[in-house]
Amino acid sequence: MIKTDVVIVGAGPVGLFAVHQLGIIGLKAEIIDNLDKIGGQCIELYPDKPIYDIPAIPECTGEGLTNGLLEQIKPFKPNFHLNERVQEVSKEKNEWKVVTSKKKIFLAPNIIIAGGVGSFEPRKFLTQGIDKFENNSVFYSVKNKKDFENKKVCIFGGGDSALDWAIELSKFSEVTLVHRRNEFRGAEHSAQIAKKLEEEGKLKIKTPYQIVSVEGDKTINAINIKSDSGKVEKVKTDFVLGFFGLIMKLGPIAEWGLNLEKKTIPVNTKDFQTNKKGIFAIGDICTYPGKLKLILSGFHEGALAARACFKIAKPHETYRFEYTTTSKSMQERLGVKKND
Amino acid sequence: MPKITYIEHNGKSHTVEVAKDLSVMEGAVQNTIPGIDADCGGACACATCHVYVNEEWLNKLPEKTSTEQDMLDMAFEPNNLSRLSCQILVNEDLDGLVVKMPSKQT
Ligand SMILES: Cc1cc2nc3c(=O)[nH]c(=O)nc-3n(C[C@H](O)[C@H](O)[C@H](O)COP(=O)(O)OP(=O)(O)OC[C@H]3O[C@@H](n4cnc5c(N)ncnc54)[C@H](O)[C@@H]3O)c2cc1C
Ligand code: FES
Repeated sequence: MIKTDVVIVGAGPVGLFAVHQLGIIGLKAEIIDNLDKIGGQCIELYPDKPIYDIPAIPECTGEGLTNGLLEQIKPFKPNFHLNERVQEVSKEKNEWKVVTSKKKIFLAPNIIIAGGVGSFEPRKFLTQGIDKFENNSVFYSVKNKKDFENKKVCIFGGGDSALDWAIELSKFSEVTLVHRRNEFRGAEHSAQIAKKLEEEGKLKIKTPYQIVSVEGDKTINAINIKSDSGKVEKVKTDFVLGFFGLIMKLGPIAEWGLNLEKKTIPVNTKDFQTNKKGIFAIGDICTYPGKLKLILSGFHEGALAARACFKIAKPHETYRFEYTTTSKSMQERLGVKKND
Repeated sequence: MPKITYIEHNGKSHTVEVAKDLSVMEGAVQNTIPGIDADCGGACACATCHVYVNEEWLNKLPEKTSTEQDMLDMAFEPNNLSRLSCQILVNEDLDGLVVKMPSKQT
């Protein structure tokens, strides 16, 4: 069990800056994210695209912003728990107990939910009856490519993951790559390799096709795919892999007894507390009159929520407002204290 | 103001006035018409604002960008009538546009 002052749900830009705001006033945080990397939407959806409205930073990319924030919170040595979804939140005496999908348990007087539009999850096939084959015949990632050796594999998608895995698995499996358009959006170079493998008879490519149904009892033995012109074809297969990118799902946040309004959590703008004492919501996930889904707004929300966390985490200490420019204790925490 | 008609998957139809320069997605969200999620808020990054436009309108709409085309790959059951409603801006020429929502967005 991990004890801390604040558990932060979500390592997007807003969760990251909250670590800073908590750190300068002396609070420790543990930060949990379902993604395998830090940075939320900025890193998952637009790492290379520019942002022009971060104060005092005329231009940076999603990745640049994430790196800048990581640099800024380095002095506080926050612990990141990636690839873990926060599953349960419950009250235990005066503290909140947080349980993740990997069964890790946290105990803290405060939780800050900076969950954006929800946790990033693989976009799944929506074909009827396919969900019961998930993790035996149907997969959304490849953990061990040996599992597919000498098998028939159908790969769906038009991006880099679909192309890369089709090329890789075609070395030792019978691969059919299915995509709903003739054009692939993955790297041109990979698309060319795939086409070449097709010409050499080492890879089958089916475009423009989509999946319509699956056949099989305990495991899948065939799927039916349909072309734009309406032609249906049966493809025998042992495995079906889908690479359709990630989608944001509110997920377990909806089950923690918090008020919800259209997938967002209403908060008061005094301290960004939800309807539960000690649970705060900041960034894209929170809502209040006039809310703007901007990174800038999320930073402000984190600053206020952090001060409120202090009062709950250290009820017997007095909170003092201070500036980083002049506060000795803040500079000590930042590791920049100069002797004067 | 241009009138846009949104037809839910169950057939329920909503005709509303949408101010010029708002997107077709915003028109639905602001009028609390169900069936369009718009998780990314119109950044062409989620494909949960997917609609089918009426055939007669298909050629009257501005062309899809390659980003929209790529995102549509990830939409639920896209076809040749599919568009992302956050990428269609309303103007006088679109008065009378009819769009249908898919049975689900994710
Ligand atoms: C293409 C695009 C361009 C944009 N451009 C700008 C811009 O120029 N300026 C601007 O200000 N904003 C911009 N935005 C919006 C900005 O990215 C968001 O406002 C910002 O990312 C919100 O940050 P956040 O930390 O609140 O949430 P997010 O960045 O969404 O991060 C939330 C994180 O929480 C995790 N999470 C959620 N639930 C759980 C759970 N139960 N367990 C574990 N982890 C969980 C998710 O996996 C995710 O990583 C843009 C957005 C997009 C898509
Ligand atoms: S709202 Fe996300 S793609 Fe249109």
